[in-house]
Amino acid sequence: MKKNLKYNLTWLAIMVVGYILIDVLELVGVIDQFAETTLVLIGINIILATGLNLIIGFSGQFSLGHAGFMAIGAYTSALITQAIPNGGGMVLGLIAGMALSALVALIVGIPTLRLNGDYLAIATMGVAEIIRIIMNNLKITNGPAGLYNIPQLANWSVVYLFVCLTTILIVNFIHSRDGRAVMSVREDEIAAESMGVNITKWKVIAFVLGAATAAIGGALHASYIQTIAPNDFGIMESINILIIVVMGGIGSITGTYVAAIVLGLLDMVLQNFGTLRMVLYSLALILIMVFKPSGLLGTWEFSVRRIFTKLKAKGDA
Amino acid sequence: MHTVLQQLVNGLSLGSIYALLALGYTMVYGIIKLINFAHGDIYMLGAFWGYYVINQWHFSFWPALISAMVFCALAGVIIEYLAYRPLRNSPRIAALITAIGVSFLLENGMSYLFSSNVRSFPQVIAVKQYHLGSVTISNIQLLILVVSIVLMILLQLIIKETKMGKAMRAVSVDADAAQLIGINIDRTISFTFALGSALAGAAGVLIGLYYNSIDPLMGMTPGIKAFVAAVLGGIGLIPGAALGGFVIGLIETAVQALGFSAFKDAVVYAVLILILLVRPAGILGKNVKEKV
Repeated sequence: MKKNLKYNLTWLAIMVVGYILIDVLELVGVIDQFAETTLVLIGINIILATGLNLIIGFSGQFSLGHAGFMAIGAYTSALITQAIPNGGGMVLGLIAGMALSALVALIVGIPTLRLNGDYLAIATMGVAEIIRIIMNNLKITNGPAGLYNIPQLANWSVVYLFVCLTTILIVNFIHSRDGRAVMSVREDEIAAESMGVNITKWKVIAFVLGAATAAIGGALHASYIQTIAPNDFGIMESINILIIVVMGGIGSITGTYVAAIVLGLLDMVLQNFGTLRMVLYSLALILIMVFKPSGLLGTWEFSVRRIFTKLKAKGDA
Repeated sequence: MHTVLQQLVNGLSLGSIYALLALGYTMVYGIIKLINFAHGDIYMLGAFWGYYVINQWHFSFWPALISAMVFCALAGVIIEYLAYRPLRNSPRIAALITAIGVSFLLENGMSYLFSSNVRSFPQVIAVKQYHLGSVTISNIQLLILVVSIVLMILLQLIIKETKMGKAMRAVSVDADAAQLIGINIDRTISFTFALGSALAGAAGVLIGLYYNSIDPLMGMTPGIKAFVAAVLGGIGLIPGAALGGFVIGLIETAVQALGFSAFKDAVVYAVLILILLVRPAGILGKNVKEKV
């Protein structure tokens, strides 16, 4: 405990400094309204992509249905905050959204996670599409028009807080005994099973955890943007999150951060190009993948502990 | 009874388009294990080519169809050469993201160059309705069915009877072993892309004629549906793709005829998931036992 205290305090300091930095930049006026929106969207993308990275990168299950779970979180919290438009409603909405999304993931995951590789991808994509079509046809979700006038209870500091919380949750899960079990499933299912790891259980747990974080991302999206429609959560959204994960490096949380920030900034810069924007975006995507197929950072992970050990080694020498 | 037969006819002609597209997916998947997301956009290119040559050069139907197939085959080979070949030895998911990138590029490039407006496809063949008893079938539906079935038979002949087809089958079983016995892998893969893309081009012209409207994003939904069809039938298997295409076409028209058209895609996906749960490798797929 005492040994880790130093590292944990350093991480806490990094988070606080990050918060203060953004706050100061906002006060000074470097970050205007437009930049703040970009920042919030980057934050939401980080939440979504770290959850998907847990499923794809660490448990090795190829899911193409992340947007479906995001939609469940968004709709649940939007409906609840419309009824109770205050902080309590937001908390309740988040919890309800996560619970519902986790429940759906559990029901869907137990049978489908027996499939492997591309079959799983297509099955999860099907699930997400079914969720979207149901929301498109239900009365309570207001059909294809979607929900609007959702109270804006999430600002950038709430999003920042949740980025930190979900990252802490997922990184600690990966570094725990359970996380090692999940990674052993990714490396070799048969070897893991023969060592006594219940592979179905750990696949489902990673899937459910990923779905719950997707619900957080969805809820924050709904609350910040204030309007949601079923078409926001189509296959394209799942693919956009997948692009962040793969571009950053599968199995690297640091990479997910870098890719979300790079793509968010790229998007902001390309806004000036009008219709040419998506053409340039797709060209950038192809070129990055062709020249750096393992993603921007591969499996490299930023580690405070490593820096400390290096400094210590230098001090000793 | 006659509505059932009528829906059967409609379902078969829609299904044959899905089947043509699914064949391209399944061939590429069988040979390099890549989900070629850009395949649906090749189909869009085919439709636009047909639109262009019929309007500008006053081609009639058959030259338009065949030139679209040639054009799409070239496009497929070029895309494979530039975007997928450099990633031949990288993780499969990197190639998948590249394929998504190519798909975005084709969709948005076409929107940028030719605007994203919906345009009406020139009707080079006058629509005629035939009445067989109580069932109505248009000459275009008949044409779609016949052209697709002929193309599928041709494809089967190429794969089973020609030397190139033999090479394709060899590479899809074991690429390294195929190379050892002197098969040029790059050329075989290019040929596979050419064949698959040609079929997509044909599907594009046929659907333009059938639905009478084309736009740069038209490839997205049918592309995904065709991929679902390929998975449903057992991805990598040519007869599976054809079967999956027809099954999906029939399910869609059946659900629509029953009055649940809003849920048509949901039913398709639900059937897909159920079939995968019972047969994890698709309808015709064989379950390969894993050896330790």
